[in-house]
Amino acid sequence: MDILYLLIPLSTVLVLLILGLFGWALHHGQFDDVEREGLRILDEQGLEVDVNQTQRQGRPEQSPHSKSGQS
Amino acid sequence: MPSNATSNPPEYSDTVVRAFALVAVLWGIVGMLVGVVIAAELAWPEISLGIPWLSYGRLRPLHTNAVIFAFGGCALFATSYHVVQRTCQTRLFMPGLAMFSFIGWQLVIVAAAISLPLGFTQGKEYAELEWPIDLLIAVVWVAYAVVFFGTLGTRKIRHIYVANWFFGAFIIAVALLHIVNSAAIPVSLTKSYSAYAGVQDAMVQWWYGHNAVGFFLTAGFLGMMYYYIPKQAGRPVYSYRLSIVHFWALIFTYMWAGPHHLHYTALPDWVQSVGMIFSLVLLAPSWGGMINGIMTLSGAWHKLRDDPILKFLIVSLSFYGMSTFEGPMMSIKTVNALSHYTDWTVGHVHSGALGWVGMISIGSLYHLIPRMYGRDKMYSMKAVELHFWIATIGIVLYIAAMWIAGVMQGLMWRALNPDGTLVYSFVESVKATYPFYVIRLGGGVLYLGGMLIMAWNVVMTVKGAKAATVRIPMVLAAHA
Repeated sequence: MDILYLLIPLSTVLVLLILGLFGWALHHGQFDDVEREGLRILDEQGLEVDVNQTQRQGRPEQSPHSKSGQS
Repeated sequence: MPSNATSNPPEYSDTVVRAFALVAVLWGIVGMLVGVVIAAELAWPEISLGIPWLSYGRLRPLHTNAVIFAFGGCALFATSYHVVQRTCQTRLFMPGLAMFSFIGWQLVIVAAAISLPLGFTQGKEYAELEWPIDLLIAVVWVAYAVVFFGTLGTRKIRHIYVANWFFGAFIIAVALLHIVNSAAIPVSLTKSYSAYAGVQDAMVQWWYGHNAVGFFLTAGFLGMMYYYIPKQAGRPVYSYRLSIVHFWALIFTYMWAGPHHLHYTALPDWVQSVGMIFSLVLLAPSWGGMINGIMTLSGAWHKLRDDPILKFLIVSLSFYGMSTFEGPMMSIKTVNALSHYTDWTVGHVHSGALGWVGMISIGSLYHLIPRMYGRDKMYSMKAVELHFWIATIGIVLYIAAMWIAGVMQGLMWRALNPDGTLVYSFVESVKATYPFYVIRLGGGVLYLGGMLIMAWNVVMTVKGAKAATVRIPMVLAAHA
């Protein structure tokens, strides 16, 4: 089963890569205030988006679009 | 991340989305028609009239390639190019390269449709195409990756929406799988030999084969699910937090499940067991995702009654749940001893393919196509409703017939007389399967009929409509 010497390292490298990506996502604010991200795509106009939404200033500007639905 | 909102033309680049969406419907019909033909050939083998390029062995890979890579692939291209623009609020990175990916992918499909009936094949399931086509696939895929990740890199929204994570994982994984599994030594333009031999080749093949299911047929379509279900329902996904857990858990575990395709073969026993254990673990993230998608309708279940597009999307998730329960069960070695090589496997695949992949694509296309042409909805919502019911009945007929046939075959093959001889010859099990082959054909015809209704509906929706140009909403605060 020599092929395992290719497939296992390959899969391990991949898992390390995935871990690295996960670390990047975690430390670059991808998971801050996540529930709000679910609401954003419903906003047809996409107006009043602040790029740095991850800086957690509460959710003031969001109200006109968030409708009544909650997660 | 670039933050200058004025540097791009203010409209989304949707031409390529429209092109992929329309051909997805066309290739769906072609692929499913071939499926119906080979289903009929299993019941009545003589209808191929002895013509070699109509024989089952040549048309079967054409069917799988057409439905997975032509229908499913084009639906994935269309939706991923659409979703990544909308959720990043920016236009496609290099729209010209995106158009190249469209033309290149159609070339791959046409080359497959010619070469497979002619009998040119590498003989690897879901990777039958010969090496020149494999090279073209690799080039197209790199273009796809450049466009997709380029768009992500130029996004105006800091957060990367969960659907994009799924699409991104699908693109990277398929590139890796395709390159490793398709490694071959060409001996002529139409013939090559795999770079691996024997059981090594089998292991690479099913590492590829199962991850093609995991990343092409699952992760990609989950990307669709996480965008189009919330959009169609007008509600955010039930738990965004859970969707993130779903993504990471799924991609961590999927890579290792392949050996369950090789139970009781020359593959070392411990590798088979590892494959089985990871397959069982996969149940958890799969069901987490399914529940998350379905519960998006929590508090708004009435929408399911009136909206046939939501019916498609939500029922597709129930089939996803069914087949991701059935799959881990079938990976258990004792169950596999009964199910393997029977039509149960075929039923399992089609509950995933027709139910999950087909229905989520159809629902997403019904959401997407009218919007791409400036209409609020399809020409006839009644026809969408009819399509839904025809397709659902077709799937139920198909998978019920294959369940019964599969378990029956498994039991007949293992039945022993007291003296240790077989109770049934193989051909007796074939004969007993005949009625189920006919029922399966009926289910397939219904599903194909639904696609024809869809094609008519799409033509009526698009006819006389102009391609809609959609302005990209401006992003206010511009820095990251």
